Amino acid sequence: MSRRRSGAIALVLLIALSAIAAQQLSVQVRETKLRQRPSYLGAATTALAYGTRVDVLETRGPWRHVRTESGQTGWLHDSALTEKKLTLQSGDTDQAVTADGDELALAGKGFSEEVERSFREGNQGVDYRWVDRMSLWTVTPEQSRQFLDVGGIMPREGGLR
Amino acid sequence: MKRRTLIPLFAVIVVVVGCAQVSQIATQVAVQEGHIDQQQADSINRTVEATLKAWSDVTPEQEHYIGRAVAATLLATYPPVDDQLANRYLNVMGQTLALFSDRPETFGGYRFLLVDSDDINAFACPGGLILVTRGLVSLCENEDALAAVLAHEIGHVAGKHGLRAIKKSRWTNVGTLLATEGARNFGSEELAQLTEELEGSIHDITQTLINNGYSKDLEREADEAAVAVLTSIGYNPRGLEAMLLEMEARWQPSGPGFMRTHPSPMDRLADVTPAIQTVEPLGDPPGPRQLRFETALAGILK
Repeated sequence: MSRRRSGAIALVLLIALSAIAAQQLSVQVRETKLRQRPSYLGAATTALAYGTRVDVLETRGPWRHVRTESGQTGWLHDSALTEKKLTLQSGDTDQAVTADGDELALAGKGFSEEVERSFREGNQGVDYRWVDRMSLWTVTPEQSRQFLDVGGIMPREGGLR
Repeated sequence: MKRRTLIPLFAVIVVVVGCAQVSQIATQVAVQEGHIDQQQADSINRTVEATLKAWSDVTPEQEHYIGRAVAATLLATYPPVDDQLANRYLNVMGQTLALFSDRPETFGGYRFLLVDSDDINAFACPGGLILVTRGLVSLCENEDALAAVLAHEIGHVAGKHGLRAIKKSRWTNVGTLLATEGARNFGSEELAQLTEELEGSIHDITQTLINNGYSKDLEREADEAAVAVLTSIGYNPRGLEAMLLEMEARWQPSGPGFMRTHPSPMDRLADVTPAIQTVEPLGDPPGPRQLRFETALAGILK
């Protein structure tokens, strides 16, 4: 490999790394929780809503150590995060999140709560009662821990993502 | 750059250019007919290119509403089993398993529901709503086997397999609609069009879930994901083998449920065997594990 080419590769790597260092991500799920350590079984602290922007401080596997704009820090799983810029409109709920600049206003658009309402009006045969009921069936980390303990199920070291 | 690296790069460029071209043709027609000006057309082309090209660009929020509609549609045919104990057990187990998957968090989270059918089947709706038939649960002899069933369905959700069943043309239509929407709010016409696209998407997914099935490759992907999840959490992944053998014993090539939508159990087993062959055989589960399985599902197993 020529010296010039390896220099060019190093430059590209440097630019890529500096972009990662300054990475800002958005919460892409309805709600997620900051955790004290990079594990779902770790204690959860603050709940973060859809669209919340966070700065990435450190990456460990699929986990990101992040800081919110109000200064709270903790760990989030990358499945809860997106690189897309999402901005919350003041006073609105999750369906009213829009994207910045040239980015498409995907959040709250497309197949959204509004479209679901329209779909339900036109399709009286579909049954959302249980779908709504299911949404309430949450399981806490404590309940998961207890489930594993009682069943004698021992996760592998580092098995929990 | 070597030729080997040039070929995939070229393929990517072709795919991206191909998608953009669809949009460009559409916007050019719109400009010619006076619906939009050139500046708006350029903006649309940029946004379509930047965002909605395929299933993989769908936001988790949109996936969530698609999945809710799919589940609501399926529940009209497959009524829920109102068994609080069994459904709670499925949710604690399933949601705990999902924590060990590649995609622990979806927009609304994973949820599990028993449905009243003798068919041996399960339906993984986009976003994580998973319906499991009574027929499939009663095939399980222990928690490890049931965990394999749920882990396989979680694999379908994590891999966004349901979204892949939606026809590509629908993404192009939705992408263009969203781009033209731009700064203003939806009018009733756009809402009606989006609702139509949602209905079409639900049709595509339910057809796949009930009649056509996923490809053999996606089923293998879900089985491999299941083995990975079961291994990480600490279940014996041979629970999947046990399930497949139970299914094989009931296999009829033209039968209903999974027999219509899945590859033959022995083919699936052959695919996962390399991943589990060194694992110890599935022994009797620990007493408390079997007790809670039998207690929670007393109304189902009978």
